[in-house]
Amino acid sequence: MRLQRFGILAGIALTATVALAACGTDNNTPTSGGTDGATASGANCATGTLNAQGSTAQANAISTWIKNYNAQCSGATINYQGTGSGAGQTAFIAGQADFAGSDSALKAADQPKANAHCASGSAGGVAIHLPMVVGPIAVVYNVSGVTNLQLKPATIAGIFSGKITTWNDPAIAADNPGASLPSTKITPVHRADSSGTSDNFTSYLTQTAGSAWTYNHDKVWHAPGGDAEQGSDGVSKFIASTDGSIGYDEWSFATLNNLNVAKIYNGAGEWSTLTADSAGKTIAGAKVVGTGNDLQMSIDYSTNTPGAYPIVLVTYEIVCDKGNPAGRLDLLKSFLGYASSAGGQQVLTTVGSAPLPESVRSKVAAAVAAMS
Amino acid sequence: MSDPSFSGFAGIASTPATGPSRDDDATQLAATGGPAAGSPDTPPPPFGGGGALPRKRRWSLETWFRGLTTGAGMTVLIIIVAIGAFLIDEAVPALQANHVNFLTYKNWFPSDNPPMFGIAALAFGTVLTSVLALLMAVPVALSIALCLTHYAPRRVASVLGFAIDLLAAVPSIVYGLWGRDYLVTPISGLSAWLHAYFGWIPIFGSDGPYGKSILLGSIVLAIMVLPIVTALVREVFAQTPTMNEEAALALGATKWEMIRIAVLPHGRPGIIAAVILGLGRALGETIALALTLGSTFTISTDLLGNGGNTIAANIVHNFGEADTIGRGALIASGLVLFAITLVVNVVARAIIYRRREFRASAA
Repeated sequence: MRLQRFGILAGIALTATVALAACGTDNNTPTSGGTDGATASGANCATGTLNAQGSTAQANAISTWIKNYNAQCSGATINYQGTGSGAGQTAFIAGQADFAGSDSALKAADQPKANAHCASGSAGGVAIHLPMVVGPIAVVYNVSGVTNLQLKPATIAGIFSGKITTWNDPAIAADNPGASLPSTKITPVHRADSSGTSDNFTSYLTQTAGSAWTYNHDKVWHAPGGDAEQGSDGVSKFIASTDGSIGYDEWSFATLNNLNVAKIYNGAGEWSTLTADSAGKTIAGAKVVGTGNDLQMSIDYSTNTPGAYPIVLVTYEIVCDKGNPAGRLDLLKSFLGYASSAGGQQVLTTVGSAPLPESVRSKVAAAVAAMS
Repeated sequence: MSDPSFSGFAGIASTPATGPSRDDDATQLAATGGPAAGSPDTPPPPFGGGGALPRKRRWSLETWFRGLTTGAGMTVLIIIVAIGAFLIDEAVPALQANHVNFLTYKNWFPSDNPPMFGIAALAFGTVLTSVLALLMAVPVALSIALCLTHYAPRRVASVLGFAIDLLAAVPSIVYGLWGRDYLVTPISGLSAWLHAYFGWIPIFGSDGPYGKSILLGSIVLAIMVLPIVTALVREVFAQTPTMNEEAALALGATKWEMIRIAVLPHGRPGIIAAVILGLGRALGETIALALTLGSTFTISTDLLGNGGNTIAANIVHNFGEADTIGRGALIASGLVLFAITLVVNVVARAIIYRRREFRASAA
């Protein structure tokens, strides 16, 4: 009897919890409003189903594209699971994904396996990388009284390797003439999970900070000390709530959480502010290291292009250049064609990514059109 | 989990709190002492010899059912062998590519060139957080269980018991987020206090900044383990023979003395079993620790500073982005966790088995 009453109470409590939880929304990216870029310009609509997975860094961008594509073209179902770049590559190699989103190019050991997957089709082919989403990486901080922080690469390296420990350190003061810096301890924040963002950020430090950064660049954080947070949202949340903290984050998360973004000293000898335009300039100067339609890029983090913001992450879609299954090819080309169109790229500014510069975008669009 | 606790719950609700097992004993007595008296009531077996019985057919229901159960039993073995073969098949190439000693190296850099990864810091952190969590949770769990079975009024006991069961139903990610976003502030304050007054003890040596520490992780873990241990121990205590309890009281024991000489010795194997189950849960806990530990790769007994990592938390952090070797490395670490759990369980079985024999011979 009593037991039953508790059961009922518990049931009510549970229902209320579930109902409340349902009120939340997991889509907290600013929506594009359905007007800009919704014209899937030049997209020949196709029907069918695409299954893709991979990088979480481009999940926001791809879900926006999917929404806009579906608004334009009915009858197409495109699924993208943000499982992580490694998982995406594995799924692609195993033939479980029509394309894989990835923050990094396939490793030398994995490229032949991906090629083997592509060659199993009727026409034979290889796996190619198409740069699609440019994600600038923001150096974000929370120091009371400081709103206009400027940092040189060597100073950033000193902070993240634990050699610079207070905000009024001479190295930081030298980068910020005239600013009043507090004596607060610095809490550097890095990613706890392995991520392409960490890899790019440490690649940047390896290339630009010289002897100040002695650790390898990797998806896993190598330097000792500091606070580790899970995911971009974990990093931004920690920085938003902790005075004296500094970290690196994808730009979209920095914007979403209204975090202060530091100006970075670039190879041209200027303090560069992070904008879609300044990040695009670094990409425009990047070299294509792949052959043919494989557009793997190598970013020059110490680029001397005036106005360039140097810390950027290029994420790829990994696809087969030939031998895609006939039932999927049309939709694959149509969707990626939209993504690499000028309109598709312009949409990205609303989710905190930078559009590809025209010189790169046209090559990607041509590579998509050549897929068979 | 919910089945035993609910049956115990009903038992407490339906019988007086002072002697929850009195009815059980009575029914047991009737059952065990009554076959001689009860047999005349049972219907006589049908006579008629072998001819009247249905002949054993080749493909009778019996055979089918036997096959079905055997098949189900075999399935378990097949699944275990399949999983084991898959894990070893994935792990071996990664271990061969590893350039350092897997068992003694502390860092986890499988995507370096050459790959270098080792289990030492992770295994240490796994065991340390689990043991700390149990040290904190078990005394509290025992006290709660004693309170529920021997001290609290029936109504309070049922409400409290229900609350404990509810605690067990909270998903671990919720504990993790709660620990990361809320509990971290009071624990940072506690850390500063511990360091200020007990800083001379090496484990409280860190002078901050405080945040995600082994202390935070193991406290969250302790809270997660608490309901499991409590629910099991409560069942065990509730089954203490009333005769023993009353005998102790009749000898002039106070309530605490009665608990010490009657309840606790009776429940000892059960307590050990509950602790081991709790340890199993603690060793395998993944997401809550991934969110509350500092994800460092050091072997340190400093509980307050940023740090701590476990095998399961490392897997959850690195699996999504891992390449082939990284995945194999993580699977190899999973095998180590499996081995640790196996050792713990074997030790527990051995302890319980020995205790049982001891009790049987003593009785």
